[in-house]
Amino acid sequence: MSALFFGPHGLAAGVLLDLFLHFGMLSLLAIGGAITTAPDMQRYVVGERGWIDDLQFTASVAIAQAAPGPNLLFVAVVGWNIAGLTGVAATLFGSLLPSTTLALAATRYNEQRRDSRFVRAFTAGLAPLTLGLLLATGWILTEPIRDHLGAMLLVPLTVVALLKTRLSPVWLVAAGALAGALGLAG
Amino acid sequence: MSEAPGPLRRPDTVGQVFRVFNRMALQGFGGVLAVAQRELVEREGWLSREQFLQTLSLGQVLPGPNLVNMALMIGDRFFGWRGAAAALAGMLCVPLAIVLLLAALYGQFMHLPVVAGALRGMGAVAAGLVIATALKLVGTLRGNVLGWRLGALLALLTLLGIGALRWPMVGVVLGLGTISVILAWRRLRA
Repeated sequence: MSALFFGPHGLAAGVLLDLFLHFGMLSLLAIGGAITTAPDMQRYVVGERGWIDDLQFTASVAIAQAAPGPNLLFVAVVGWNIAGLTGVAATLFGSLLPSTTLALAATRYNEQRRDSRFVRAFTAGLAPLTLGLLLATGWILTEPIRDHLGAMLLVPLTVVALLKTRLSPVWLVAAGALAGALGLAG
Repeated sequence: MSEAPGPLRRPDTVGQVFRVFNRMALQGFGGVLAVAQRELVEREGWLSREQFLQTLSLGQVLPGPNLVNMALMIGDRFFGWRGAAAALAGMLCVPLAIVLLLAALYGQFMHLPVVAGALRGMGAVAAGLVIATALKLVGTLRGNVLGWRLGALLALLTLLGIGALRWPMVGVVLGLGTISVILAWRRLRA
């Protein structure tokens, strides 16, 4: 039962606070959506803290993509794998509180400055970084499968399928699961 | 893809905001954006297409998950902070329960070869989906005020710093991002 609430490690309150604070900081850096912070989350929870391994991290993102709802929910799965429901609370509230507060403040501040030079410079300036962050995310998600030739072949296949067909991503995730279950991702 | 007929409507209650955003999120496999436009603009008629695009672009300028930002702004427009909270809760509550159930099931059965294989396949697809999203954005560098050469260089430096050297994101985004925004600012004056 305690694994449900506190996860396999039974993390202490101070550690959960670290988790909350790190995800909170990343929430303010999420310039192209939550997924662009995945590389730094992986660096922190897998590399620096060793709470989960790279396979669990990539699985967390894959599970969130297989389920309905905003992709942001992968942070909840990461939190679950680290520290059960308390981990979910730490990662989800961390990822939401700073950015939602800022979003509400910005909306009320004023909507007409949308076309100001600063906002345009901000958007244009950060666009290349978003691109680089997404590519880095894709690369880091392959970390646990790099020794598996079949799985690595699925990566470019997915890219081509998404760019060249109108298939919904959920069918691609399902196809990947099926291929893997049949032993093709070995 | 027809426009909502007649004038814009507004939700009657906070509960309705919750229900519409919940319905939207549950239809959104692999991202909620396409569903959001259909539900909010065409079905409910809460926003015009222009308002939808404006809200979306503001949500994209702000840090944080774009759709969550958008849900907050729309909820706030109708019912203040209570509407914002209802939209956010509608968007997250039920999908969160589903995703945690899946995660718990995965934890129970991850040792089975079939499950491990399936998750490896899904992980590969997850990586491919993110890379494809990035490749779709490459084209937009052409229209960027920075020019595509400088844009590509900045993207490459970000990829190198975050993906290969594994530097902390805070340094890379604040450092490179500041330089990049200043360069864009200067070019916008000309």
